[in-house]
Amino acid sequence: MINLEFIINTISLGSLYAMLALGLVIIYGILRLVNFAYGELIMIGGYTMFLLTGATPLPWLVISFLAVAAAMFTSLFTELVAFRPVREKSLTAMLITSFAVSTLLQNGALLIISPRARAVTLPQLFQTSVMIAGTSVPWRNILTILTCIATLVLLTMLLRYTVLGIALRAAADNFTMTRILGVPANTVISTAFAISGIMAGIVSIFWIGRSASVTPTIGAPPLLVAFVATVIGGMRSLTGAVVGGFVYATIISLLGVFLPPELMEFREAFMFVFVIIILLVRPQGLVRSKTSVERMG
Amino acid sequence: MLELEKVHARYGAITALRGISIQVSNGELVALLGVNGAGKSTTLATIAGVMHPWQGSILFEGEPIAGKSPEQVARLGISLVPEGRDIFPSLTVEENLRLGAYTRKEKIEYRRNLEEVFDLFPVLKERLQQPGGTLSGGEQQQLAIARALMSNPRLLMLDEPSLGLAPALVDQIFELIARLHQRAVTILLVEQNVERTLEIVDRAYLMNTGLIEIQGTPQELRAKADIEGIYMGMRRQPDS
Repeated sequence: MINLEFIINTISLGSLYAMLALGLVIIYGILRLVNFAYGELIMIGGYTMFLLTGATPLPWLVISFLAVAAAMFTSLFTELVAFRPVREKSLTAMLITSFAVSTLLQNGALLIISPRARAVTLPQLFQTSVMIAGTSVPWRNILTILTCIATLVLLTMLLRYTVLGIALRAAADNFTMTRILGVPANTVISTAFAISGIMAGIVSIFWIGRSASVTPTIGAPPLLVAFVATVIGGMRSLTGAVVGGFVYATIISLLGVFLPPELMEFREAFMFVFVIIILLVRPQGLVRSKTSVERMG
Repeated sequence: MLELEKVHARYGAITALRGISIQVSNGELVALLGVNGAGKSTTLATIAGVMHPWQGSILFEGEPIAGKSPEQVARLGISLVPEGRDIFPSLTVEENLRLGAYTRKEKIEYRRNLEEVFDLFPVLKERLQQPGGTLSGGEQQQLAIARALMSNPRLLMLDEPSLGLAPALVDQIFELIARLHQRAVTILLVEQNVERTLEIVDRAYLMNTGLIEIQGTPQELRAKADIEGIYMGMRRQPDS
């Protein structure tokens, strides 16, 4: 029930969802674009791990860094070739483009690799547990929490103390004004896509760490989680994304404990009932943003 | 320094500028006057690259800038303080100022500009770590102007800096503009407060429905406006 194991597992899941939501909201904050190709970045991370663990003797840590890099470069590349050309047109054009990119990447994986699941070899650490205060806690969950803390600290420092980070936050407040001050739109947007890709890459390590396999459609569930978490937390704020991720994880974990076994397969449905209730009470999400809505490319 | 030649601009089907020609020389303080909807803000937005003219040319120090993006225009040394101020509410005062200096990479210059800005706006020094959104209207206006000055602009464009401010603050803002002018900052000013503006500017353009109607020195403008007896905007405003 609600014991230490439950708490650590929930925090771990929340950490994963928080990073997931952050990657989606950092682009939304600036472009007002929900990037539906976000899930495919996780797929890219997964396939990078699959290909490298099979074909190279590289240590796992190096491989995971390369997986994050692959997700980041894919994110930057999609921005450059797909989103940038339609950015000045309309938000709808960008939205449709994101669906197109998503489909393209998925079909690319289907064609080049296989529609079937591919096993990703994980280090021993991912399968072992450690005893903490009398309960067994998987190392994977502890690693997720530690990675999330490190990521949040680094991201906060970037956004607080570097001019580029300040420019990113300014662009989320008012993009046009940021450009009037001389900050190039492309720099801001590329940085946002890079951060988004890094988040997806980090998440891919732990997401795939749970199933130890990767499929072309593996991106859909995390995209949905990220989307719902940001809606709960508030689409306009990075804090909201983190809060949303943890709230989502808490609700889903509690449902896992308290729902009778015969209703367990409807866990997601119950989850969305909660989401609807939250949105009825606070339509703007849990964390409110002071700034007005505006978009400009 | 700045030369607009028969500039046309429109929002979709609505024509906002119908061929305006404006000149601003180095060190000059020039005003654009006129009623709401005359096209004053559009003119500034077009110069700043936020809007692109579909006809006509804009030269800045001999270089054509029509069609350039806002960030490219900013790099050339043109700074716009838009109507409504547009400070970044979630950023601290210091962060707002830091971004103002984005086009300036040197640390020494940044420090010097910061000192100068504190000299002009002592209140900002006290509020340095506060989010911009928590400042009062007058303080936000000061921050917006300070942020623009952080880039050492060669041309400063102010869009209705006195709008929505208490009378005492309006005085302060006009004094400040006059002071910046004395420091040889080139300024293009858009204002509704015609009387106060004519007291401090070198020259002014009177706009109406996207056209320049009258131009000249304040004396010339007053004379012509008297003769032709136009404009509600030209009458002394009750609050000034």
